[in-house]
Amino acid sequence: MLTAVLAIFVLAALAPTVHRMTPSFSHWLLALVPAAITVWFATFLGPVGAGEVVTQSIPWIPTLGVELAFRLDGLSLLFALLITGIGTFIVIYSGGYLHGHEHQGRFYLFIIAFMGAMLGLVLADDIITLFVFWELTSITSFLLIGFNHEDASSRRSAVQALLVTAFGGLALLAGLVLLGIAAGSFTLSGIEASGIDIRAHALYLPILVLILLGAFTKSAQVPFHFWLPNAMDAPTPVSAYLHSATMVKAGVYLLARMNPTLGATEVWTITLAAFGTVTALWGGLMALRSTDLKKVLAYTTLMALGTLVMLVGLGTEYAMKAYAVFLLAHSLYKGALFMGAGSVDHGTGTRDVRELSGLWQKMKITGVFIALAALSMAGLPPFFGFIGKEFMYEGMLQAGTLGLLVVAGMVIANATMLGAAGLVFWKPFTGQPSEAAEHAHEGGPSLWLGPAVLASLGLALGLGAIPHEGLGEGLLGAVATSLKGEAAKVDLYLWHGLTPALGISVVTIALGLGMFLGLGGVKRGLDGLARASRVNVDAAWDHVLAGLNAVAVAVTRATQTGKLRDYMVWTFTGITLMLGGTLLLRDGILLPREMPETSYLGIFMAALMVVGTIGTILAFSRLAAIVSLSVVGLSIAMFFLVYGAPDVGITQLMVETLTVIIIVLVLAKLPAFRKGEDGTGGERARNGAIAVAMGAVTTAILLAVIAVPYELDLTRYFAEQSYVGGYGRNVVNVILVDFRAFDTLGEVTVVAVAGLGVLALLKARMGRTRTGSQAGGDQP
Amino acid sequence: MMHSLILQTATRMLIALMLVFALFILWRGHNEPGGGFIGGLIAAVAFALHGLAFGAKEMRKLLIADPRTIIAAGLATAVVSGLFALFKDGGPLPFMTGAWYITYTETGEKGFAIGTPVLFDVGVFLVVVGGIVAMVQSLMEEH
Repeated sequence: MLTAVLAIFVLAALAPTVHRMTPSFSHWLLALVPAAITVWFATFLGPVGAGEVVTQSIPWIPTLGVELAFRLDGLSLLFALLITGIGTFIVIYSGGYLHGHEHQGRFYLFIIAFMGAMLGLVLADDIITLFVFWELTSITSFLLIGFNHEDASSRRSAVQALLVTAFGGLALLAGLVLLGIAAGSFTLSGIEASGIDIRAHALYLPILVLILLGAFTKSAQVPFHFWLPNAMDAPTPVSAYLHSATMVKAGVYLLARMNPTLGATEVWTITLAAFGTVTALWGGLMALRSTDLKKVLAYTTLMALGTLVMLVGLGTEYAMKAYAVFLLAHSLYKGALFMGAGSVDHGTGTRDVRELSGLWQKMKITGVFIALAALSMAGLPPFFGFIGKEFMYEGMLQAGTLGLLVVAGMVIANATMLGAAGLVFWKPFTGQPSEAAEHAHEGGPSLWLGPAVLASLGLALGLGAIPHEGLGEGLLGAVATSLKGEAAKVDLYLWHGLTPALGISVVTIALGLGMFLGLGGVKRGLDGLARASRVNVDAAWDHVLAGLNAVAVAVTRATQTGKLRDYMVWTFTGITLMLGGTLLLRDGILLPREMPETSYLGIFMAALMVVGTIGTILAFSRLAAIVSLSVVGLSIAMFFLVYGAPDVGITQLMVETLTVIIIVLVLAKLPAFRKGEDGTGGERARNGAIAVAMGAVTTAILLAVIAVPYELDLTRYFAEQSYVGGYGRNVVNVILVDFRAFDTLGEVTVVAVAGLGVLALLKARMGRTRTGSQAGGDQP
Repeated sequence: MMHSLILQTATRMLIALMLVFALFILWRGHNEPGGGFIGGLIAAVAFALHGLAFGAKEMRKLLIADPRTIIAAGLATAVVSGLFALFKDGGPLPFMTGAWYITYTETGEKGFAIGTPVLFDVGVFLVVVGGIVAMVQSLMEEH
C-alpha cells in the first residue's frame, strides 16, 4: 500500500517532465499508473469482500509511537477504488480539457499529488499519518482552486477553502490527539480493539466536537458550506475530482471511520442528523436557484454530503447500507456530470443554463452520458441512484421519530435532485438551439471517455449487470461492516415490493417533477426566502477577514513602530511580566540561608559595574554612553575570568570589543545627540521603572538559584565523560561541539541568519537611497 | 576609514598575529580554553580592525571570499561533520555522534587525535567570522 501511495507521488513529481516530452499524449501515459493501481486494488475485492483486513506498518517516529501504518478494509477499499479509478479518467479528461494550457504540466503535478494524498488518507491506520495526508489534501486543493492564479476570484476562493479546511484540520489534530490519549493507542485499529469505551470517557465531548469540526469543514456542512460553491473557480477536472467525488468526502469518510468508536450516542445521532439534513436541504434548494452549471452541481454535492453525514448519524442498519450504496452512486454520477458540464463549457464557451438549449444536435455523445448520469442523480429506476435512495429511506424509517423528521427534509432534498437533473440535462440539451449552441462542437475521446464509463457504470450497477449479490455481499457489505464494526452485508435489489420506502420515492419523484415544471415559481420563492433570511455567510466571511486584518494592523502599529526604544520597552516588559509572574505564581521567591563568600575583588568589580551603569544613564553623548556600558561588560568578563570560566570570559571580552566597533560604525552615521531625544520626562520615568523591574526580577531569580541546593550530577557527568567520551579536557568546549553539538548548530545558524539579515537590510536601504526616495524615518 | 598612519602600520603587524592566534585558539580549544566560537570572534575582530584601518574594500580583499560564502561553507561544514555518524561502524548512529581517529604511541599513550567535533568547530569558526564580518562590512560600506 505504501508502494501504491509512493508511486503516485513519484508520478506527480515526474508529470511535468513527461508532459514536456510528449505534450499531446502525456495524459494517456500518466493515466496508466493510476489505472494499474486501480487494477491492483481490484484484486483485493475478493479477500476484503470476504471480511479480510490487510495491514502494513513501517516505523516512522518510533520515539513518539508514530507509524506509517496502513489498513485496507471495505471502507478504505471502496474509497481507494474511487480515488484511483475516477482519478484515471480525470487525468485523461484534463489532457483534453486543458489542451494547450501553458501550465498543463504543473496541473498534472498538483492533481496527481492530490491523488496520492487522498489515497494515503483513506488507507492510513495511524491517526497522525491520517492527519498528515488530510492536510496534504487541503494544500493540494488550495493549489488547484487557485490554479488560474491571475484571476482575483480564484485566489480568494483558494484562500477561503484553505483557511476553512485548515482551521478544521487544526481542530481535527487536537481531537485525534485527545482520542489517542483517551484510547491509549494512535492507530484506528488499536483504538477499535482497545475495548475502552470512548463514549463513556470524560474527554468524549471535546473529542467529538473537535473531530466534527474537522469533518464538517472538510465536507462543507452548513455553516461551513460556503467555500465549496466558490471552489468551482477551479478548472473543471478539479471540481469533478476533488470537490465532488473525493476530497470533500474525506470528512464523510472520517465520520464513517469514527462511527464504531464515537457513534451511536444521542449527541452524535442528533448532531449529525441535524447538520446533515439541513445541509442536504440547503444544498438542494440552492441548486435550483443557480444558473451556472457547475454551481448547480456544487450545490447538489452539498446535498449529497449532507445526506451521507445524516446517514452516518442515524446509524441504523439500513442507514449504514445506504451510506455504502449512495456513496458509490454519487461518486459515479457526479464525476460524470461534472466532466460533462466541463465538455459543454468547452464546446460552447458558456456554462450559463439560461444561454444553453438545443445542444442535442451538436453534442450527442456528451448528451447521452449526461442524461444517464442525471437520471441516476434524479434517483429514477433502474439507475443505481434509485437503489441508493430506496436504502436511504429505509434507513430513515428505521430511526423512529427522529427518522420521520429527517424524512420530511430529505423528501424535499431528493426532489430537488430531480429538478437539478432537469437543469443540467433537459434545459441545455432540448428545445430550439440557442445562439451558444449554434457553434457548439463535440470534444475528443479524452473528454467523453470518463463520463461514458462512469455514467454507464451507474446504469449497469442499477440493472445488475454486475451481480447484485456479489457486490452487496462483497465490497458494499464490507463497507457496511467497517461502519458498524461488526459483520454486515447489503442485499441490493431494484424491485423490492410495495414498501413504505417505495411510496416515499413516488412522492419524491412527483414533487421533483412539479419543482422542475414550476421552476420559475420555485426560483422566485427561493429568492424571496434568501432575501428574507439574509443568510450570506460568504459576505460575512469577507467581514471576518477584514476585521482580522484590522486587528493585525492595529497590533503591529502599536508594537512595531520602527523605533528601537519601543521594541526594547515591549521586549523587557514582556520578559519581566513572564518571569516575574512565574516567580510569584509558582512560589519561586526564595532567599538563600547563607550568602556565598564575597571577596574584595568581587565587591570592587560589582562597584565598577554600578558606576558604569550610572555613567550610562547620565551620559550626555552616545559615545560616552557606549563607553560607560563597556565598563559594565568588561567587569562581567573579569568576573568570569576570576571565578574560573575563562572560555566565557574571553567570549565576553571579544563580544564587548566587537560591540564597540559595530556601534562606533553606526554612530558615525547618526546625527548628534540632542537633549530630550530619549523621550519626555514621563517616558523616561516609565522606561526607568521597566529597567528597575527587570533588574529586580533578575535579582530574585539569581537569589532563588543560590537558595536551591546545587545539583552536581550533570557537572560530574560532563567532567567524567569529557575526556573519556569526547577526548577533550576543556569541558566547556566538549559540551559545545560534542555533547550538545546540535544546540550549537542551531546557535550558529542564528549567527548566520543575523549576519545575512543585516546584509540584506542595509543593502535594501542602500538601494532605496540610491533611487532617491526617503531612506526611512528612524534608524534600523 | 581613518587614514591613520599609526593605526595602519600597527594593523599590518597585528593582523597576521591575530589571525594565527585565532587559529591557534580554535585548535587548542578542545583541551584548553578556546574553541571555534572564541577563535571566530578573534578573527572577526582582526578583520574589523583591518577594515577600520584600510577600509571595507581592503578588508574584503583580505577575506578572499564573500562573507556569505563563508557563512554557507561554515554551516555546511558543521552539518557534514554530523553526517559522519551515519556511516560509522555499528550502523547509522544518531546525527552528530562524534567519530574519532586517534593514533597511539608504542607505549600506549595517546598521540595525534582528530575527530568530527574538530570539524564541527571549524564550521562554527567560519560561521562566526562570516556572520560578523558581514555585519561590519555592510555597516562600513553604507555611504
